[in-house]
Amino acid sequence: MSSLNKFRLFGRTRDLEGQIDEFLDKLSESSVMFRLGVRTYLKEGANGEFDVKLKAVNKLESEADTLRRNIEKELYTHTLIPDARGDVLGLIETLDHVMNLFEGVMWSISIEKPDIPGEFNSGFRKLTNMVVQAADALVLAARAFFRTPHAVADYNHKVIIFEKEADKISTQLKHDIFDSDLDLARKIHLRNFVEQIDNVADWAEDVADRLAIYAIKRTV
Amino acid sequence: MDPTIIIFLSSGLFLGWALGANDAANVFGTAVGTRMVRWGTAAVICSIFVVLGAVISGAGASGTLGKLGAITALPGAFMTALAAAISVYIMTKAGLAVSTSQAIVGGIVGWNLFTGQPTDTKILATIVTTWVLCPVLAAIIAVILYKALRVYLRHANLHLVRTDAYLRLGLLVAGAFGAYALGANNIANVVGVFLPAVTFSPLELGGFSFSAAQQLFLIGGLAIAFGVMTYSKGVMMTVGGGLGRISPTAAFVAVVSHSIVLFAFASRGLESWLLSMGLPTIPLVPVSSSQAVVGAIVGIAILQGAAGIRWRLLGTIVMGWVATPIMAGFISFFGLYFLQNVFDQRVF
Repeated sequence: MSSLNKFRLFGRTRDLEGQIDEFLDKLSESSVMFRLGVRTYLKEGANGEFDVKLKAVNKLESEADTLRRNIEKELYTHTLIPDARGDVLGLIETLDHVMNLFEGVMWSISIEKPDIPGEFNSGFRKLTNMVVQAADALVLAARAFFRTPHAVADYNHKVIIFEKEADKISTQLKHDIFDSDLDLARKIHLRNFVEQIDNVADWAEDVADRLAIYAIKRTV
Repeated sequence: MDPTIIIFLSSGLFLGWALGANDAANVFGTAVGTRMVRWGTAAVICSIFVVLGAVISGAGASGTLGKLGAITALPGAFMTALAAAISVYIMTKAGLAVSTSQAIVGGIVGWNLFTGQPTDTKILATIVTTWVLCPVLAAIIAVILYKALRVYLRHANLHLVRTDAYLRLGLLVAGAFGAYALGANNIANVVGVFLPAVTFSPLELGGFSFSAAQQLFLIGGLAIAFGVMTYSKGVMMTVGGGLGRISPTAAFVAVVSHSIVLFAFASRGLESWLLSMGLPTIPLVPVSSSQAVVGAIVGIAILQGAAGIRWRLLGTIVMGWVATPIMAGFISFFGLYFLQNVFDQRVF
């Protein structure tokens, strides 16, 4: 924080608000990059374009980590929002994990280069779209928590719907994979990716559940 | 200055110290308890504004106490204040909600009884009515303010961090106003009984002229400030626990409601404005800061469904209205008897 900020009325407040908003922007950007990255891989394999997206997700994750640490430090050093501090910290950390999951899937694809037969492309694409939508709805719910807590429930509802749809798609995809003529090692390899991607939506739902409680606490 | 004045004033100063130690928590306890304001900041602001309130606006409520019983001899005033201080001490030790306002009124009535002076029942009735009115009024104001604030916060879409910053500033401003109102309203309890008996010559200081009453209010205000500085920390830290967990928003509303009520019962400016508007005036009477803040918090609790109300606490308030003045009256009566007959002091 610049020394000039100390003399601005609510300067620290504005800084912190800005950092929280920026953190949520990073999460939303990383979900876009994740979606584009997986689509690129499904279409063209692990080419240069995929690497660009992987690097973008990495960079966003590490910038978000720095922001998270700053936010936590700021909240505790200046004893800000004492009654909701624990909730905000919990929220920021669990949201950060969503980015870790995106990054994890991208790295796994980059390292393991799963050989996905064309017949499963559509299933993987649908699953990816659904978990990204769940993550996007979660970002909106988190933004609402800070400004309009009574609206959190609406976004949470969407997170839950997207998570359920993602579950349906992943179950169907796993059925299709194991019903195919692929050898067992490949089947297990592909299943592993289905579960890794689906895990993002599961985690988004867990965060949404916590967020629902935080929001109730704020509106009481 | 006659040194005996200080000796006789000591009981009032002790009462002032106890008031500062206890009642600062009503103004800043919730803010400090919820960690929205640091104790050091709270203590400094509280001390400054208590003294300002006492010196600038202390005369209104003191005048009413004077009408209840004009204690003209210093030893009499000493015993009246001491009776109040002892009652406050005993009630506090017993863990009961206590108000210096109720104690001092009991002490004055005790003096009236001992000296055979008639007690103006009209004034006494007005004072007792305001005691009941004070927490009720604080509750009503708190309900209105809390509802309005909730509607505002719902529609303002302020960021959580911004709301927190505004509340912090609000708690400081409301606390300063609350301390001013506390000084203005409750200084009457601390030095009000000494007013007719102590005659200081007017003091000129840096272009300002301080009347005898204002000098007495200044000394009393400093005693309250000393109580705030030396003993209020523990009380402030526990006040949140005593009243149950409340949110910073509720804390802010409680302090503002408390302060409005105390100010309304102390302000001559408000009285003359109401008169000029042809509206009924509010009697200028020292009321209990603790009961005002409890009234406000109960008001908010009722709004939230009354689940958090501790009825026992309300019971002790009602008991305070009855038990404290009676106890102070007895102590004052018998204390005056000893002071007159054993120590050979002129008490009236």
